[in-house]
Amino acid sequence: MFSWFGKKSFVPYTKVSDFAVHLKDGRLMGSKCKQCGFQTFPPRADCPQCMSPEFEFTEYSGKGQVYTYSIIAAAPTGFDEEAPYTCTVVDLEGGGRLVGWLGDSIPSDKVKIGMDVQVVPRIFEEDLETRVYYTVDMPGTTWHKAPAPHRI
Amino acid sequence: MSRVGIVGIGHGVFGRRSDATVQELAFEAFRLAMEDAGLERDEIDASVIAAVPEYHKQRSVAGVVQEYLNLNPHPAWLTEVACASGSAAIRTAWMAIQSGLHRMVAVIGCQKMTELETAEILALMGRVGEVQWESVFGTTFPGYYAMFATRHMHEFGTTHDQLVEVAIKNHYYGARNPNALFRKEITKEKALASDPVASPFCVYDCCANADGAACMILAEEGRAKEMGDKVVWLDGVGAATAEMSILKRPDLTGLPSAQEAARQAYQQAGVTAKDVKVAEVHDCFTIAEIMAYEDLGFCKKGEGGPFVADKRSWIGGDVAVNTDGGLKSKGHPIGATGVSMAYEIVQQLRGECGERQVPDADIGLTHNVGGIGQYTFVHLFKRD
Repeated sequence: MFSWFGKKSFVPYTKVSDFAVHLKDGRLMGSKCKQCGFQTFPPRADCPQCMSPEFEFTEYSGKGQVYTYSIIAAAPTGFDEEAPYTCTVVDLEGGGRLVGWLGDSIPSDKVKIGMDVQVVPRIFEEDLETRVYYTVDMPGTTWHKAPAPHRI
Repeated sequence: MSRVGIVGIGHGVFGRRSDATVQELAFEAFRLAMEDAGLERDEIDASVIAAVPEYHKQRSVAGVVQEYLNLNPHPAWLTEVACASGSAAIRTAWMAIQSGLHRMVAVIGCQKMTELETAEILALMGRVGEVQWESVFGTTFPGYYAMFATRHMHEFGTTHDQLVEVAIKNHYYGARNPNALFRKEITKEKALASDPVASPFCVYDCCANADGAACMILAEEGRAKEMGDKVVWLDGVGAATAEMSILKRPDLTGLPSAQEAARQAYQQAGVTAKDVKVAEVHDCFTIAEIMAYEDLGFCKKGEGGPFVADKRSWIGGDVAVNTDGGLKSKGHPIGATGVSMAYEIVQQLRGECGERQVPDADIGLTHNVGGIGQYTFVHLFKRD
C-alpha cells in the first residue's frame, strides 16, 4: 500500500510497504534489524550494516529537531497547488531523519534550525483515494491514532 | 606512471539552440577540437560521449554522435553521472589511455536540454532527489541546495549578500566569454530583488539550462609530446561519491565527495590547494561555489562567504574561479558541463583567454559535481 504515501507517489512498491498502513493508523514507523538491532528512519528492509534482510517495524515518537529547511516557491509537477511549501529536514529521536512539510502550527517565518518539533501523521482529506503523509508541527500537537496496533 | 595529455579542445556556443540537433551541437565542438589539434580523424581510436539521456528524444545518443562525426567503426560509449557526466567521460578516457587500450580518445560532452516541453521538465525536476522518501514532499534541485545554504548560514553566518557575490563575479566573467548564455553583468540590487525560487535562493542564485557541446582530445604521453608545446597534462583524476539521500548525510554544509575527490587529485598530481591558480567549480547554485572553496581547501571551512565577498576568488585574488562565467552565466548543458570546464582550464593554461586571462596560470583544477554531491570529480591540469 505504499502508493498511499505522499501527495504524489513515484514508487508504489517496496519491501517496507506497510509503512503507509501504519501511517494511516497514526503511527510513524522506522525499521529495526532483527539480527544486529540497527534502527533507522526512513525504514529499510535490508540492513546496511550487517546485510541481514530480516527487519521489523519499530514505532517512532516523531519528536525531533529541525536540521535545515527551505521554502519552495518554484514547484514541480503535482505540487503546484501546494506551493509555496516549506520542506524541513528533521533529526528524529530514535535515529534517522526525514523530509517533511511544515504543518499549520508553525508559520514559515517562524521555523528555526534546532527548534523542537513533533512529526504528525496526516491524511489528505480532499482526496478520494487514500493518501497519507506527515507534517512537522509544534511539540504537543495531537492527532488521531488507531486504538490498537494494526495487525498485518 | 606515464601521463595523459590534452592535445585539442573545442567549444560551441551555449544557449537555447533551437537551430541544432544534439549531434549537430557535438559536431561544432568536435570540428573545433580537431582543428585545434591539427589531427587527422583516423587517429582517434575511441570516443567517450557524455550526456544525460532523459533530456533527449533520441535514445542511445552516443551512436548517433559517433555516426554524425564519421568516427565509425571505432568504439564509442556513453558516461552518465548526472551533471558530472562530462568529467566522468574525461576520467574514462584517461583510464582507456593509461591501460594501453587506446592511444587517442575524443571526449564529447553534449546536451540538448530544450527538446522537452516545460511540463516534462517540471516533471523531471520533481524526481531529482530520492523518490521514495523525499520527492513525495515536492523537493526540488534548487530546494536541496537551498537547504545546504540555510544550514551553512546558520552555522557560519554566511549571508545572502555573500551568496549573490558569486553570481555577480560569474556574470562579470561570463559577459566576456563569447560562448556564454548570459553575456551581461548583474548588480547586487537586481540579484537580491529577483523572484524567489527556494529560500534563501532567488532566480539569480540559480544557473540556467542550456543546449551546447564541448570536446577534448586526449592522447598518450609519447604522441602528445610529438604534438608541440601547447599540450596540457591531466595529472590528477580524483573521484568519489556520497549518499543519494540527504537524509543519510550527517553534514549539509559541504560535499564529502568533493573533499575526498580533491584529496585524491592533489595527492596524485603532487600539488596543494595553494598551487592552484585557476579553477572551474560547479556553481549550479551560489552556495555550491562557496562550499567548493571550502571543500577544495581554497579557504577554511565556513569562510567561503567572506572569501568571495573579499574578491579572493576573482582574477588577481588567491585563486581565479569560474573565469568563463561558470554554470551561472555560461549556462549548464548537463552532459557538456564537465568538458566545458576542462576547456576553460586548458585555454587558461595555454594563455589564450584574452581579457579573462589569469596571469602565470600553470596549474588548474576542475570540480564537477553530479546531483547534490552524489558524484564528484576533481581534475588537476598542468602546463610544463
